[in-house]
Amino acid sequence: MDLVQMQKSLQDYTKSLFLEGILDSQFLQLQQLQDESNPDFVSQVVTLFFQDSDRILNDLSLSLGQQVVDFKKVDPHVHQLKGSSSSIGAQRVKNACVVFRNFCEQQNVEACHRCLQQVKQEYYLVKNRLETLFKLEQQIVASGGMIPAVELGF
Amino acid sequence: MEVCNCIEPQWPADELLMKYQYISDFFIAIAYFSIPLELIYFVKKSAVFPYRWVLVQFGAFIVLCGATHLINLWTFTTHSRTVALVMTTAKGLTAAVSCATALMLVHIIPDLLSVKTRELFLKNKAAELDREMGLIRTQEETGRHVRMLTHEIRSTLDRHTILKTTLVELGRTLALEECALWMPTRTGLELQLSYTLRQQHPVEYTVPIQLPVINQVFGTSRAVKISPNSPVARLRPVTGKYMLGEVVAVRVPLLHLSNFQINNWPELSTKRYALMVLMLPSDSARQWHVHELELVEVVADQVAVALSHAAILEESMRARDLLMEQNVALDLARREAETAIRARNDFLAVMNHEMRTPMHAIIALSSLLQETELTPEQRLMVETILKSSNLLATLMNDVLDLSRLEDGSLQLELGTFNLHTLFREILSLIKPIAVVKKLPITLNLAPDLPEFVVGDEKRLMQIILNIVGNAVKFSKQGSISVAALVTKSDTRAADFFVVPTGSHFYLRVKVKDSGAGINPQDIPKLFTKFAQTQSLATRSSGGSGLGLAISKRFVNLMEGNIWIESDGLGKGCTAIFDVKLGISEGSNESKQSGIPKVPAIPRHANFSGLKVLVMDENGVSRMVTKGLLVHLGCEVTTVSSNEECLRVVSQEHKVVFMDVCMPGVENYQIAIRIHEKFTKQRHQRPLLVALTGNTDKSTKEKCMSFGLDGVLLKPVSLDNMRDVLSDLLERRVLYEGM
Repeated sequence: MDLVQMQKSLQDYTKSLFLEGILDSQFLQLQQLQDESNPDFVSQVVTLFFQDSDRILNDLSLSLGQQVVDFKKVDPHVHQLKGSSSSIGAQRVKNACVVFRNFCEQQNVEACHRCLQQVKQEYYLVKNRLETLFKLEQQIVASGGMIPAVELGF
Repeated sequence: MEVCNCIEPQWPADELLMKYQYISDFFIAIAYFSIPLELIYFVKKSAVFPYRWVLVQFGAFIVLCGATHLINLWTFTTHSRTVALVMTTAKGLTAAVSCATALMLVHIIPDLLSVKTRELFLKNKAAELDREMGLIRTQEETGRHVRMLTHEIRSTLDRHTILKTTLVELGRTLALEECALWMPTRTGLELQLSYTLRQQHPVEYTVPIQLPVINQVFGTSRAVKISPNSPVARLRPVTGKYMLGEVVAVRVPLLHLSNFQINNWPELSTKRYALMVLMLPSDSARQWHVHELELVEVVADQVAVALSHAAILEESMRARDLLMEQNVALDLARREAETAIRARNDFLAVMNHEMRTPMHAIIALSSLLQETELTPEQRLMVETILKSSNLLATLMNDVLDLSRLEDGSLQLELGTFNLHTLFREILSLIKPIAVVKKLPITLNLAPDLPEFVVGDEKRLMQIILNIVGNAVKFSKQGSISVAALVTKSDTRAADFFVVPTGSHFYLRVKVKDSGAGINPQDIPKLFTKFAQTQSLATRSSGGSGLGLAISKRFVNLMEGNIWIESDGLGKGCTAIFDVKLGISEGSNESKQSGIPKVPAIPRHANFSGLKVLVMDENGVSRMVTKGLLVHLGCEVTTVSSNEECLRVVSQEHKVVFMDVCMPGVENYQIAIRIHEKFTKQRHQRPLLVALTGNTDKSTKEKCMSFGLDGVLLKPVSLDNMRDVLSDLLERRVLYEGM
C-alpha cells in the first residue's frame, strides 16, 4: 500500500473512532503533546492506561464476586478507571464508568455486575481499536512517512 | 278630807259614813304608797327616763298625799294634839310639794309632748328608710340578675347561643310570658322574627321596619312600653278574654367592627338595630317596674356588645383560616418551584454533557477535514462550518449555563484580538443570508478605532452577530448599516458616564436597519428572556427569544450598556451598544484567520525551567498532566500521594497541581498543610491549583476556602494549560478554566 493511501486510511480510521464516540477530543490533546522531544508520548500513555485498567478490572471482578460486596472498595476502583479513561479520551469507557458509579452509590449488586460487563466490553473495544491505530502508525513510520499532526480546531 | 275637830263623838249617826271614809282613806293611802314603788320599780327597769328628779318630786308628792290620807285614819276618832300636828305638817308639806309639782309640770308636759312628736317623726323616718332599703335591695337584686345574665351571655361567643341565652335568662329573671327578638333582614327594610322564648319553631314572620311604634322604640335607648296589640307584640293568636300583659320593647344596637373608633367607645350612629320585645304574663296584674326596665336596658346593651364580640371573633377566625389556606398554598407553590428548579438544574446538567459531545465531534471532525486536501471553495465552506460550530458551541455553553449567567458567576475570557478583523468576519458570516434577502450591508469603522484590543472576543462576536442577525431577520427590504466608533462622553444613558481611561476605551456599535421597526412601548420587553413581539413579520422567524437577553447580560459584564431606538412601526430601528475594551500595546501574534478562539499568547520562553509539582493518584492522568507541562517547557516532578507531596514540596516549586477528585476532604487538607509549611516564607509558597472534574460553584468555593489559588477542569487542554499558567504567574490568582 502506498504512503498516501496508508495515511488516508489512518485518517479515515481515526475519523471513525471519533464518529463512533469511542474517542473524544482529549485524545487529540494527547496527540498534540507528542513532538520531537517526546515522540512516543501517546503510546506510552496508552500503554500505561492498558496496564492500569487491566489491573483495575481484575480487582473489580474479584470484589464484585464476593459473597458480600463491599461497595467501599468497589467505588474507588471505578473512580480511578473513570479518571484514567477520561484522561486519555476513552469516552465510552468513561461514560460506562459514570453509570457504574451511580449504581455503586445505590448499592445495586445486580446492576453493578451488568455495568462491569459493559465497562469491560467498552474497554476491550477501545483497546482493540487503539492497538490497530498504533499498528497503522507504525506501518507509516516504517515506510518512511510522517504521521500528519492533527491541527486542533477548538 | 275634812278633819273635824268636833268634840262630841257622833258615832251612831255617821258611823257608816265614817267607816266608809276610813276604808277609802286606807285604800287611798295604800295606793298612794304603792304608786311610787311601782314608779321606782319600772323606772329602774327602764334606762331612758330622763326626768328622775321629777320623779322624785312626784314621788314625794304622792307619798305625802298618801301620808296625809294615812294620818287621816287617826282623825276619825278623837285624837291627840300630836296627831293633829303631824297631820298639819303632812298637809302643809303636801301642799308645798304639790304646788311645786304643779308648777314643774307646766314645764315638763310640753317636753313630754314633744318627745311624743319626735317619736312619731322617727317612726316615719324608720318607715321611709325601710322603703328605701327595700328599693336598694331590689336594685341589688336587679344588679345581681344583670351580672348573672351578662355572665351567661358573655360566656359564649356563638351568636345564636348569646341570643337564646338572653331570652331565656330574661324570661326567667323577670318571669315573662314571652320574649322575642326581631332582627333586621339583609335588605334592612323589614324586621324578621328570629328568636322567641316559648315557641320552639317561630313562624318566619316579618314586619316592615318603618312602623311608628318601631321608630319610637329605635329612637331612644330606653325601654319603651308599647301596646300589646302592636304587630311586633302579637306573636300568638289572641286567645279571647285574657287581659294581655304589658309589653315593653327595647332596641339592641348591632355593632360592626367599623363602629369601634380608637378613641371613642362605639358610636351609636349605627343604623342597624334589632328589637327585643318582652311580655308580662297575660292574666297577672303585674306592672313594669322601673328597676325591671333598667334591667332590660342594661341587658340590651350587653347583648349588643356580646354580639359584636362574636362578630369580631368570627371575622378573625375567618381571616385566620384564609391565611392558613394561603400559607398552605404558598408552601405548595414554593415546593413546586423548588422541584421545578431542581428539575431544570438536573436537566441542564445532563443536557450540558449530552449536547457538548456531538458538538465536539463536529468541531473535531471539521478540524480534521480542514487538514485534508480541499479545493479553495471547499476550504472556505469548511472554515465557515468550523466558525459557525464554534460559535454554536459557545452559544450552547452559554444557553445551557444560563444559571451561571444568572448567578453572576460567568466570567469573561479576555484575550487580545483584532477588532477590525472581527467586524469583517462577522460581515462575511452574515453576508450570505443578507444577499439572499437582497439587503445590502455596509460596515463603517471609525478611523480612530484601535486595531488590537483586549476583551472577550467570542462573546463580543456573539453580541454583534445577534444584533446584526436580528436586523437582517426583521428587515424585508432596505439596507443595514453597521457602524463602530469610539464613543465620546455624550452618551444616552444619564447614569452611565463614559470615561476612557488610559488603557481602556468604550466601543460603540450602531446597527441600523430599515425593517419593521418596533413600537416604543415594546422596547423594554425586548431584553427579557423569551419575550417576543408578536408582529406578523416576526412570527415566522422562530428563534428562542434569548438572544437579546443574553447579549444584554454580556454587555453588562463588559461594563457597558445596550439599547434600542425606534421611530415606530414600519420605520426601522437602531440597536446601539457600548462596551468597555482594553487597548493592547502593539499587536501580538495575529491569530489564525477564521478560528474564533482565545488566541495563544506564546510564552514558551517564560515557562522553560519552571519547576512544578504534580500530585495525582491516578497514574494515567498523572502522566497526561506531566506530558502537558513538559510540552510547555516546565520541569515537572510527580508524586502520587499527599504525604509524598508534603515531603517533596519546596520553595523551588512555583506551582503545585493537585488532583482533588477523590471524594472526601482529605485532598484539601494538603493545601492547608502546605500553607502551614510556608507560613514563614509566604512569598515563596508555591501556587496551588486544583484539578477536578466538577465545575460547579461549590467546588470552586471549597477550593477558595481551603486556600487554593486556582481550579482547573479535567481533562485539561494544552491551550487551556498554557493560558492558565501564564495568567497564574502574572496575576498569582486564577479562578478560570471552567
